[in-house]
Amino acid sequence: MTDVKAPPQPAVTVTAPHKRRRADRRHIPVLATLALLALMYGLGVANYDNFSDTQVLLNVFVDNAFLLVVAAGMTFVILTGGIDLSVGAVVALTTVVAATLLNDGWPAALVLPLVLLIGTTLGLGMGAVIHYFKVEPFIATLAGMFLARGLSLLINRNSIPITDPFWTSMAQERIRFGPGIFISTSVVIALVVVLAGAFVLAYTRFGRTVYAIGGNADSALLMGLPVGRTRIAVYTISGFLSALGGVLLSFYMLSGYSLHAQGMELDAIAAVVIGGVILTGGSGYLFGTVLGVLVLGLIQTIITFQGTLSSWWTRIVVGILLFAFIVLQRLVTRRSR
Amino acid sequence: MGDPPILQMTGIRKAFPGVVALDGVDFSLRPGEVHALMGENGAGKSTLIKVLTGVYDIDAGDIRLNGDPVRFGGPLQAQQAGISTVYQEVNLCANLSVAENIFIGREPRRFGKIRWSEMRRRSTALLAGLDLHLDVAAPLSTYSLAIQQMVAIARAIDVSAKVLILDEPTSSLDASEVERLFEVMRRLKRDGVAILFISHFLDQVYAVADRMTVLRNGTLIGEYATAELTQMQLVTKMIGKELTVLERLEEEPREVAADAPREPVVEAHELGRAGAIEPFDLAIHGGEIVGLAGLLGSGRTELARLLFGADRPDQGTIKIDGKPVTLRTPRVAMNHGIAFSSENRRTEGVVGELSVRENIVLALQASRGWSRPIPRRKQDELVERYIKTLGIRPADPDVAVRNLSGGNQQKVLLARWLITEPRLLIVDEPTRGIDVGAKAEIQRLLVELADGGMAVLFVSAELEEVLRLSHKIEVLRERHLVGELDNTGGGVDADRVMQAIASGANP
Repeated sequence: MTDVKAPPQPAVTVTAPHKRRRADRRHIPVLATLALLALMYGLGVANYDNFSDTQVLLNVFVDNAFLLVVAAGMTFVILTGGIDLSVGAVVALTTVVAATLLNDGWPAALVLPLVLLIGTTLGLGMGAVIHYFKVEPFIATLAGMFLARGLSLLINRNSIPITDPFWTSMAQERIRFGPGIFISTSVVIALVVVLAGAFVLAYTRFGRTVYAIGGNADSALLMGLPVGRTRIAVYTISGFLSALGGVLLSFYMLSGYSLHAQGMELDAIAAVVIGGVILTGGSGYLFGTVLGVLVLGLIQTIITFQGTLSSWWTRIVVGILLFAFIVLQRLVTRRSR
Repeated sequence: MGDPPILQMTGIRKAFPGVVALDGVDFSLRPGEVHALMGENGAGKSTLIKVLTGVYDIDAGDIRLNGDPVRFGGPLQAQQAGISTVYQEVNLCANLSVAENIFIGREPRRFGKIRWSEMRRRSTALLAGLDLHLDVAAPLSTYSLAIQQMVAIARAIDVSAKVLILDEPTSSLDASEVERLFEVMRRLKRDGVAILFISHFLDQVYAVADRMTVLRNGTLIGEYATAELTQMQLVTKMIGKELTVLERLEEEPREVAADAPREPVVEAHELGRAGAIEPFDLAIHGGEIVGLAGLLGSGRTELARLLFGADRPDQGTIKIDGKPVTLRTPRVAMNHGIAFSSENRRTEGVVGELSVRENIVLALQASRGWSRPIPRRKQDELVERYIKTLGIRPADPDVAVRNLSGGNQQKVLLARWLITEPRLLIVDEPTRGIDVGAKAEIQRLLVELADGGMAVLFVSAELEEVLRLSHKIEVLRERHLVGELDNTGGGVDADRVMQAIASGANP
């Protein structure tokens, strides 16, 4: 490409007009979320004392590490144009199985890989059903959701406290940056998951195939890409990350309960969408999902600081935001077609 | 041009249950040539491509690539052997970057990590080889369809560069985009790539092809050098002139009934829709059959759809009985007495699971609105009358339409529209894929309907049929209405129509 002496060509030269602006278009939803986040943080700082403490922000991470992990898995699924409704139920099942086995005296070193394996297997099963039997992801994962929730209710209807020393140490362990400034180990795990996920999506064939399937699955197949394998893999990843999210939730709660994480699948989907991933697939970034989780977390924080508002306001605000972001996505995708 | 062929197909035969799609077809492709495969719908072009790329297995014959006999198990295998296909619809992912679309699935990597800069560099160089200078990091969707088409070609030749099949690549491109594509094709030709080109636009074929092979009804008509065959000769070879005796109707095309009203039932003025059909004027009178002639893709169906409100026109006006109307939806058109019997009777026409009775009353019920059901006794009466008139067999109103033969399904479809007593009946390919006897019956029926004062717009790919039935023939060529031939008394013969199609001028 250093061919200086290339003859002037009467060539078909096509420069994408307004190239920069168009390339940026893919970033519009993420930038919008970032702006929203800054606005919300600014509002919080302006209206409430102590909101500007670093720890307030870090607590958003601490309180939502499990959601971040689950939403990362959901991001993979939604990028292929699918959906995974089972994640909340898998989280609950994980906490119940872990608590039950730990109370029965199983060592943590055995329980931890076992629950991760259960979640992964469930995800693999749903992916296989979706691919081989051509079942809509919505239906297959809805079935998975009932299955996992039902299983956890079958094991134990009550909340089971966890007293295992490893679990309690993980729950109490704090990584301190200074007086009163700290994060939990769960946050570290979540960030590792996010970084690994982002790398996979951006720099591996598997990751790019995920985007290709979301863009046009038929074309992906004709281009010789392993569509079936990839599709099964994203549900497997989502299953694994749901189980990991369940482990983090059980660190956070120090209990296993079949009614944990009710509706978490919807929170995860909301975070992914607010983070700018397009529901039909093929466009969006894991970084956006992180921002989406932070938006959800900040809403809760603000409502806590406000003190007088009912916690149901969280739902109302999330609903309005979701609506706004889906409309924004429509506008962005429509213009780029 | 004396090179030995890179691809040689001889005596290819492929039969499907009930129909021989290819029979003894030879085809050869030399390096550095553009070879057009010509033929009307159903001539066997796509079957030949599918046989070549391993989608279908052949029943008899021999395929040689570089002199070695080959049989491919599918398009991917064919691609590995050096035969790539670019289809009419761009089979790429518009959400990914240009570079990714060229390299996805075979990205340059180091330790499993994609080397983006290397990929961009290589795709820039590859596209520069086609005289395309694009920002390869931009998403494919930011470029026009023509550019996307060329990116698909770039991917195809980078994967394997020997034989390139372009299956109707130009059908959604405008003139300047087509020229750009041809520039790329000529460049590839100079590099020794053998290109098989399929297009139903004759001018394009003449602009770019060196040789052409003509197929008709699954048989080989011949292989010709483009320079030695006029467009007129080509059209004749594609359509064929032989009349089978069975198909010939005894009656000559008739005079328009004397008492026919002078005012046209439907009159279109400067009606057009971008990308579908250029603006045209057309008047259809009561008691008159107007035939639409033209090759596949010339805009026959598109014209008919505008008159039925199935597509919205960009410009122009439609008058019904002299009053301007806006046909926003088919529903509106139906209320104005326009009926449209679709060319895809299976997908857009009859509902296979429903009975003959239900299919027949469907349109009438729709025009009455669902709040006013047709009384069962009236249904039975109407259905029985039309089953008898049209000779639908079996004459059982309760049998599911799915179990009827193609010809009888077509009659059910006609009955559905006739029951609404339309002023204008648009029939698109009513005789396609049905046997000769049923064909003659449907033709006779259309003539009778026109005699009864109905206006009929008759669309068919079979020129002979159009000639036989129509009082007036509208000739379409490449989405233009190029001429109107008066056929009252049967003055027009196939040659005149073909000449109009080939030259675009009204002789």
